[in-house]
Amino acid sequence: MSISAYLKQAGRVFGAAVLSAAALSAQAADPFKVGFVYVGPVGDHGWTYRHDLGRQAVQNEFGADVETTFVESVPEGADAERVVRKLASSGHDLIFTTSFGFMNPTLKVARDFPNVKFEHATGYKRADNVSTYGARFYEGRAVIGTMAGMMTKTNTVGYIGSFPIPEVVRGINAFTIAMRKVNPDAEVKVVWVNSWYDPGKEADAAKALIDQGADIITQHTDSPAPLQVAEERGVLGFGQASDMSAFAPAAQLTSIIDNWDQYYIDRTRAAMEGSWESTDTWGGIDTGMVSFPEYSADVPDDVKAAAEVVREGIIDGSFHPFQGPILNQAGEEILAEGEVYDDKTLLGMDFYVQGVQGELP
Amino acid sequence: MIALQRRADPSRLMGYLAPLLALGITLLAGLMLFAILGVPVGAAFYAFFIEPVSSLYGWAELGVKAAPLIIIAVALSIGFRAQVWNIGAEGQLILGGITGAAVALMFHQNDGWYVLPLMVLAGIAGGMAWAAIPALLKTRFNVNEILTSLMLTYVAVLLLSWLVSGPMRDPDGFNFPESRMFHDAALLPRILEGTRLHAGAMVAVGVVLAGWILLTRTLLGFALRVNGAAPRAGAHAGFSQPKLIWTALMIGGGCAGLAGLFEVAGPIGQLLPSISPGYGFTAIIVAFLGRLHPVGVLFAGLIMALSYLGGESAQITLSLPLAVTGVFQGMLLFFLLATDVLINYRVVFK
Amino acid sequence: MNETLMLTVLTIITAATPLVYAAIGELVVERSGVLNLGVEGMMLAGAVCSFAVAHHTGSATLAILAGLLAGMLLASIFAFLTLSLQSSQVATGLALTIFGIGLSALLGQSLVGIAFAGLPSLHIPWLSDLPVVGRLLFSHDVLVYGSFAIVLLVSWFLNRSRAGLVLRAVGDSHDAAHALGIKVIRVRYMATLFGGACAGLGGAYLSLVYTPMWAENMSAGRGWIALALVVFAVWQPGRLLLGAYLFGGISILQLHGQALGINVPSQLMSMLPYLTTILVLVLISRDRGRIRRNAPASIGQSFYPTS
Repeated sequence: MSISAYLKQAGRVFGAAVLSAAALSAQAADPFKVGFVYVGPVGDHGWTYRHDLGRQAVQNEFGADVETTFVESVPEGADAERVVRKLASSGHDLIFTTSFGFMNPTLKVARDFPNVKFEHATGYKRADNVSTYGARFYEGRAVIGTMAGMMTKTNTVGYIGSFPIPEVVRGINAFTIAMRKVNPDAEVKVVWVNSWYDPGKEADAAKALIDQGADIITQHTDSPAPLQVAEERGVLGFGQASDMSAFAPAAQLTSIIDNWDQYYIDRTRAAMEGSWESTDTWGGIDTGMVSFPEYSADVPDDVKAAAEVVREGIIDGSFHPFQGPILNQAGEEILAEGEVYDDKTLLGMDFYVQGVQGELP
Repeated sequence: MIALQRRADPSRLMGYLAPLLALGITLLAGLMLFAILGVPVGAAFYAFFIEPVSSLYGWAELGVKAAPLIIIAVALSIGFRAQVWNIGAEGQLILGGITGAAVALMFHQNDGWYVLPLMVLAGIAGGMAWAAIPALLKTRFNVNEILTSLMLTYVAVLLLSWLVSGPMRDPDGFNFPESRMFHDAALLPRILEGTRLHAGAMVAVGVVLAGWILLTRTLLGFALRVNGAAPRAGAHAGFSQPKLIWTALMIGGGCAGLAGLFEVAGPIGQLLPSISPGYGFTAIIVAFLGRLHPVGVLFAGLIMALSYLGGESAQITLSLPLAVTGVFQGMLLFFLLATDVLINYRVVFK
Repeated sequence: MNETLMLTVLTIITAATPLVYAAIGELVVERSGVLNLGVEGMMLAGAVCSFAVAHHTGSATLAILAGLLAGMLLASIFAFLTLSLQSSQVATGLALTIFGIGLSALLGQSLVGIAFAGLPSLHIPWLSDLPVVGRLLFSHDVLVYGSFAIVLLVSWFLNRSRAGLVLRAVGDSHDAAHALGIKVIRVRYMATLFGGACAGLGGAYLSLVYTPMWAENMSAGRGWIALALVVFAVWQPGRLLLGAYLFGGISILQLHGQALGINVPSQLMSMLPYLTTILVLVLISRDRGRIRRNAPASIGQSFYPTS
């Protein structure tokens, strides 16, 4: 090889190296973009706050390789479609829409952006580039229902509901069924506040329930206000969405934590690696989507043990929160011994089981 | 010392210059705000004012967002001129959405051309019916319409929530709180292919024209203006006080109901537990920002809509939290309102 | 007295107190002829600032003061725009609400998820230990007593004091008041700042007592209810107290009704406070003369001294 040919060759190699370095740095400068659409403010300390922690987990996991964006307090209505579309058209590769009301807008936009991947939380409509995901929070309700049944002295447990939708009704039923397995005399009183988030009204509802004899309060609304009331009035309660023990160190027995971190990381990785497929995920305790903080020190050992049996039973499949026999409010059997409800029934649940007071509005 | 001196006549020139001045001050104040927050200033302004309308789609969205604001604000400004304080347009909008959707759902197996016109009529009637309550209570029992119209908004929100989770729920929707999707005959035609701009935007322009004609060319408009200046003087123009109250509230309720119907039959396409991000309240600002004049309202509605779109785009491109948008939007409104002082007053140095 | 009933009354007091504060302030503002629709924004500013100060200093007194000042600060923006620059009161008030919601969220970003023990109840020797009465009347925090004191004070001020007479004169006819040599703008400035301070206190009550925490938008529309209550009260302090307790009471009782299992959709139950307020207002508004005597005639109108 002549000197000049060698130099030419070296030049070519060097040039290729420069090019590929440039390509690499271009890749680094053009990270994988993940967008999040939130229904509430990230400062709600509830539903949206937990999703935003998931977003931060993605950011921490992938560092500079991923760029995350969020749009908060997006009203469910005409605005949602525009926000989703803006994210899709501004180079986002994966978009999480984190409220049920975003279902149809997400699907509409997904039709026009076949190369962008979409993930819609809590919905039931899918497409080739739209996955759905949700968490089986009712599994957590079965665990805390067991604890409530063992720890209530007045046999009255207060339940603060947001809106009478299947998601919330399912939680009430899972809670009640588990509670009455350990304490057949206990009953659940439900109060609806018709809001996901109104600290004052949630506190008022907690007070009304306690005044009517409830000595344990549980909630399907976002703020820690009911637990604060429980703390003040010396009754017990369970946290919602986050560990709320800071707000009620004595009252909070445990909490059902929404944990989207791992799911968001996994789905982002799959999308980056090209292995993303449209899926329907309904993750329970076993996936970590539904998790619990440490039991409070005041939980007696036998209660702890019973709760653990339920929790582990749900994980290994030996316990199902909706296992027959299940009775309706009139005391008639609606699910025979040994059977369990399928996911479709669970998804659209619109009836109360025995042990819940009042009629479903 | 700086003082204000009233002009003999409102300055036409200032009428045009004041908004520009406000924009200038907003730029300065925004400069400070963004500098404090460590946001690149140029990018922030681009995100707020340019990016949202940098495409045809963006312009169409501006129309989608501004149309309900303009339709309601024109109607409200007619009422405000007559000193009728209907601040419950949000509730009237919701009722219009409900009644319009009821027609769509009733005819969901019917593709007739008359479905949409019927929905429009139902929407207007729904809004009017909701506004008729404050009108009746005001004229019959002397009950202040500020309270009744506001309280009825909360009632409307709850009514909608009940209807979509009960009687009007999608039978195939796993009991989720929403109606079935409207069929094609119940959807507003789009006027720009590939965008969401719907016929409601054209109606908004029509409402502006109608409002303008009503205020300047009709006896009713004259009576409304006179009544605003000196109550009961309107009677001389042949319009009694109760008649004016009814007229103002029917126009407001009807237009709000129409806007509500346009939302459910246009961009949303079904009935949801929330169909408006507060258009009925924002329209009140738009009405005053537009100086209670239909043409002014047209521009004010566009500016207001742009500031919302800008907030979204600032979140997406700059990761600015929504809170900053609120502060910025508040400042923009303060300056727009404040500079209007120059129309009627001149600044003198003593 | 039955224990449940007593507890319910205590709950109603908590629900009504923030409304009383925000509404009594707005009542004075409106009596001076100014309509400030920015109550919600001022409440939120008060809530976030008092919570921040409580968190950082641990002092309840400073926290309450901070809420009061934050409300006044926002009110001063409104006053400057509407009184000095003659901007539209309705629009400026609404803009103030947008501004206040955004500002409070911005300031409160680092306060989300932090707990605070809440204001202690005052223990009044002997009185607090009385059976029933002691708990019902003498076991509250300082802000509850303050709300009653402020209503009494405003009532006395408006009806018995010279300054109150001046304020009402300004609200009824600013031109006539001006002709009498009253400084209309100065009176309205003071009234507006007082309104802001009260709204700030209402917000402080939310974040220090009602639900001791900060969360975005935590007032959840109470500022609007306060505005409606002023109208309900026909601009009279005593009746305002009645209205706030009626509204708070029905809100709480409908929750009790649900817990008792009353078989009506919860949405319809939640409508009750609003519908009751309208109904009661219908009953009391039929006396036209009384309303005309109390309603400030020049409300919402700008004033410019012509001579």
